[in-house]
Amino acid sequence: METLDLLSQGFGLVLQPLNIALIIGGCALGLFIGAMPGLGSVNGVAILLPMTFLVPPAGAIIFLAAIYYGAMYGGAISSIMLGIPGASTAVATTFDGRPMALKGEADRALITAAGASFIGGTISVILFTLFAPPLAEVALAFGTAEEFALMMLAFATFVGLGGDDIPKTFFSIFIGLALSAVGLDIISGEPRLIFGDLPGFFHGINFLVLAIGIYGIGEILWTIESSGGKVTISQANITVRRIMDNLRGLASSAKAIIMGSFLGYFVGILPAAGATPGSIMAYGVAKTISKDPDSFGKGNVDGVAAPEAANNAASTGSMLPMLTLGIPGSPTTAILLGGMVIWGLEPGPMLFVDHQDFVWALIASLYVANVFALLINLLFIPGFVSVLRMPFTILAPIIFVLCVIGGYAPTQSMHDVWLMLVFGVVGYLMRKLDYPMAPAVLAIVLGPLAETSMRQSLLISDGSFMIFFSRPISGPIMLVAIALFLLPLIKRLRERGGRTT
Amino acid sequence: MRRAELIMALVLAVFSAYLMWKSAELPIGWIPGKGPGGGAFPFWLAAGMFGCCVWIVVRWIRRSSPVSNSTERYMKADMRRIVIVVACSLAAMIGSIHIIGVYFSVPLFLLFYMRFLGAHRWSTSLSIGLLTPVVTFFFFEIALHITLPKGYTEPLFYPLYDWFM
Repeated sequence: METLDLLSQGFGLVLQPLNIALIIGGCALGLFIGAMPGLGSVNGVAILLPMTFLVPPAGAIIFLAAIYYGAMYGGAISSIMLGIPGASTAVATTFDGRPMALKGEADRALITAAGASFIGGTISVILFTLFAPPLAEVALAFGTAEEFALMMLAFATFVGLGGDDIPKTFFSIFIGLALSAVGLDIISGEPRLIFGDLPGFFHGINFLVLAIGIYGIGEILWTIESSGGKVTISQANITVRRIMDNLRGLASSAKAIIMGSFLGYFVGILPAAGATPGSIMAYGVAKTISKDPDSFGKGNVDGVAAPEAANNAASTGSMLPMLTLGIPGSPTTAILLGGMVIWGLEPGPMLFVDHQDFVWALIASLYVANVFALLINLLFIPGFVSVLRMPFTILAPIIFVLCVIGGYAPTQSMHDVWLMLVFGVVGYLMRKLDYPMAPAVLAIVLGPLAETSMRQSLLISDGSFMIFFSRPISGPIMLVAIALFLLPLIKRLRERGGRTT
Repeated sequence: MRRAELIMALVLAVFSAYLMWKSAELPIGWIPGKGPGGGAFPFWLAAGMFGCCVWIVVRWIRRSSPVSNSTERYMKADMRRIVIVVACSLAAMIGSIHIIGVYFSVPLFLLFYMRFLGAHRWSTSLSIGLLTPVVTFFFFEIALHITLPKGYTEPLFYPLYDWFM
């Protein structure tokens, strides 16, 4: 009952005119960002975060969460109409969405995607409302050793489940953590890692500099290189009647949508997994449980419904560990977490005690954002399709300018802008060689907390690493983390064993 | 691809070694009563980075990773040219911010990009190139009170400040 009271208070705050305007604006921008090939929620949130200093923190995070949500809806539009995923989270949507569009069923695919996104989003927000308060309560008992163990678990999921090259994933984690150590030593206050004695390094490396460099500049360079070919845009005729007919047709995909929602939500909670693998797994499961698996890949509507429900559910799921434990569940929530720290809100269980109104306003805003994203999506699908015709040679320079100004605004230092350019170009060159970038962004956000919790724990234990294993909560978490670190090795040994026998 | 993989791993290994040496400027051992020294955390992370580079090079020699086995080119010549031009024009824009400020370097960059790289019409390039700094000015300077760098063009903005603030 208490949860319902708090939630209704949250709604009271969210339904204020300013916040409603922010949600509508955020959803529309998110839909646009998600629909543009090459840009996803993480790019939008990274580039636009510096622009949110205009509104109070609660408004800012509501706006960014709405972008996150809108981008999940928007990704489907270019997947279906262009056959290019608008964001990595919508990759699975192309498998059946594109064949449907080529068969002349573009409207059915788009409306199914929107409807499934809405149901996935709603189911996951309800799960979120039920899970978040008890999890935060458990987390209140956590000490520094548990905090450190949780961070190890977050990094371990990248190694065990991320699916990227193993040494390169480790490298990415290490360099992110090392870059977070630049500046003043958090305990002794001594300057450290001041490269070339440049004064700009004294205030440390802001996570936004790395995030905008990689997800703004690096991503655009990547898109410029990879979007050499021409694309054809499908036509969709959308009328009120067609919308109603297609929404009624959603019932036939109910099984796929509900499965996708639950699967997406729980996969989304895992730090390395998030919406992309969540939607691909949902696609796989939908195909397995379908009565007609052979029609998948040729335009089966369940193949659109399941991944779209899953990616929205996963985006909500990834906020659960961010808000309750202070450990982000995806690169996008890592940037949101960094933003909350800038606004003076320390994520983690204390947030539910100290800033109850903020937390519940955010949760309520997810319910509201879901409704608006659906409405905006259905009303403006033709508009978004015409926006997709905008040439990339106009969009790219505007985004570069946004990156440069966005990189300057938080610290007002040109040093950071240059550093951002270096990160963007080097990150792009590394990404071409399969170095994953998301672990580095997560690591630079978590770095200061990881270092403090490790040093304080070691101080308590007088230098013994056993403190992380002997405590009742951190011990099991560390063991799971170690198992995940070793998972790729075990897999390889198994494969080798399988080959010799 | 194969050569790029090795060069990248070696460059990153040198950077890791530099980072280890730089971290060692602070104590990296145990300080009684204070716990690990300030340099310990970055030192061991840099050591880990170095270890990863060695691992990557070993796999390069044994050709056991997909990239080290690839015969594809790291970058096609025409794409390399475009990426270099874009990166250099970005650097030129950031560099010129120091001298002529955001409000002059941004339109120049947009014009260059849209007119010469994108081959858009003058009318399109000019209108976006001129509109962007105006919107930026009102959003950042007037609404957010964040002053963007203006270099030597600062005095030109005094009347605007008097007018709006």
